[in-house]
Amino acid sequence: MIQVKGLSKYYGEYAAIRDLTFDINKGEVIGFLGLNGAGKSTTLKILGCVLLPTAGVVSVDGIDIAKNPHDVRRRIGFLPDSPPLYNDMSVGRYLAFVARLRGVPASAVEGRVREAEDKTNLRDVHDELISSLSHGYRQRVGVAQALVHNPKLLILDEPTSGLDPKQIVEMRATIRALRGDHTILLSSHILSEISQTCDRLLIIQGGEIVDQGSEEDLASRIGRGAGVTIEVDVSGGPDSALTLLGRVPGVVRASLLHQQNGVSSLLVESTADLRAQVARELVMGGIDLIRIDRAAGRLENIFLKLTQDKDLPQ
Amino acid sequence: MSATFLIARRELGTYLRSMTGYVIAAILLLVDGLLFNIFAIGGDDKLSAQVLAQFFFYSSGLTMIASVFLSMRLVAEEHQTGTLVLLTSSPVLDIEIIVGKFLSGLTFLAMVLALTIFMPLLVLVNGKIAPGHLVAGYLGLLLLGSAAMAMGTLGSALAKTQVLAAIISGCFVTAMVLAWMLVKVTERPFNDVFASLAIHGKHFTPFQEGTIHLRDVVYYLVVTLVALFASVRVMEARRWR
Repeated sequence: MIQVKGLSKYYGEYAAIRDLTFDINKGEVIGFLGLNGAGKSTTLKILGCVLLPTAGVVSVDGIDIAKNPHDVRRRIGFLPDSPPLYNDMSVGRYLAFVARLRGVPASAVEGRVREAEDKTNLRDVHDELISSLSHGYRQRVGVAQALVHNPKLLILDEPTSGLDPKQIVEMRATIRALRGDHTILLSSHILSEISQTCDRLLIIQGGEIVDQGSEEDLASRIGRGAGVTIEVDVSGGPDSALTLLGRVPGVVRASLLHQQNGVSSLLVESTADLRAQVARELVMGGIDLIRIDRAAGRLENIFLKLTQDKDLPQ
Repeated sequence: MSATFLIARRELGTYLRSMTGYVIAAILLLVDGLLFNIFAIGGDDKLSAQVLAQFFFYSSGLTMIASVFLSMRLVAEEHQTGTLVLLTSSPVLDIEIIVGKFLSGLTFLAMVLALTIFMPLLVLVNGKIAPGHLVAGYLGLLLLGSAAMAMGTLGSALAKTQVLAAIISGCFVTAMVLAWMLVKVTERPFNDVFASLAIHGKHFTPFQEGTIHLRDVVYYLVVTLVALFASVRVMEARRWR
């Protein structure tokens, strides 16, 4: 769907991105992960045909964006980091305007607007002025404008930026619902968002791709293993739980994190997500299991490792 | 509907929904009315044609000022609010964006100018006016407004804020007006060049007096096209920055 080869963008002497090369397959949900200023937005703006690259080749659906940006733009829905909304228009009129702008025939506009509103849960604010909407709704209108012409590729730059936790969950559900119909490239520096939404990650640091692959691939390649943190309520200390955990196939290491109020928190590192097996083993072994959850730290660990390696002096 | 007219219609809607458009229109009508009453109708007795010529003279200055203020938001506001990316990421040519925005501003200006028609018609109370004079005068105002609006569009494309856009556009228009003054302090062939370049004076005076010269029509159209062409180039250059 997207082929990027040797992509660079310079602002004067400053290289915002350098020699990026990656491919994105049809139907994939790709997470573009990087710190602020890493080059995510610049890359997405080039893919969205808003900026021209200094060097390199980008093709979308086999079409070179430098040679035929018009055709590429028809295939793309782009949500920049700040949703481009006209405050003086109602949601319905705005989406109809965008649909017409992106080449949707007049007879199909109403249907497309309805479809985009349904996908983003905006039907109840169809007639509301955009200026009167909350931040969460505004962000959803931003997503709706990106998909109103039913593009093959959706580029979403920080789609959950500035949203409260409830709105983040809703936005994540919206993006998940779009998978399958569209190839999605979304950027974020919120790791949990990327982890829960994307099939594959592209990690960018200092304008360069430092690694790419699925979370599992990256975890195994970087060698930190998958982390599942379990907290067990043990009256006699963590020893019996640690012994049981050592028997679970796939567990690389189990260790005590801390003990507090009779609760032992254990960190389990495994090659895959073994929550079900770990929970079963503990319960069968007579351990009172208080909480079991996937460690939030896995992707953080991958990301920190990759970005720290990149920052180390050569 | 082409992208140009789609953009023009949206922009025109913005003028009609926002206070800014009405405030600019109200100020133009108020000041034009005052100038008409004080200078065109007031003072010594005049022929109807002279009253009409003075009305078009004062209206021409206000038309240029209104064009600068109406055009300042066209591109700069979108840049300021981050909505320009909606247009630049859509399958729309830069020329369609610029022409659409320019047409919306010009249409709104034409609507405001149409509202001034009651002033020339007041002359009919005590005199006569030639319809041709009226047509020539308003055509001149529209062409002058078109040239000023195009320069304003260029200023708006260059600037990142509306205030800066108004300043840049104001400088362009003022320079083009002042060219007429340079005619008086320079000798041939420079004074001919300045006279030909000036947006007012040589090119507008015939319109205000009821005469249409093809040369003047072409001049205003060329200024409009050059300014719009430059605006398109500025938009294209943005994609490299």
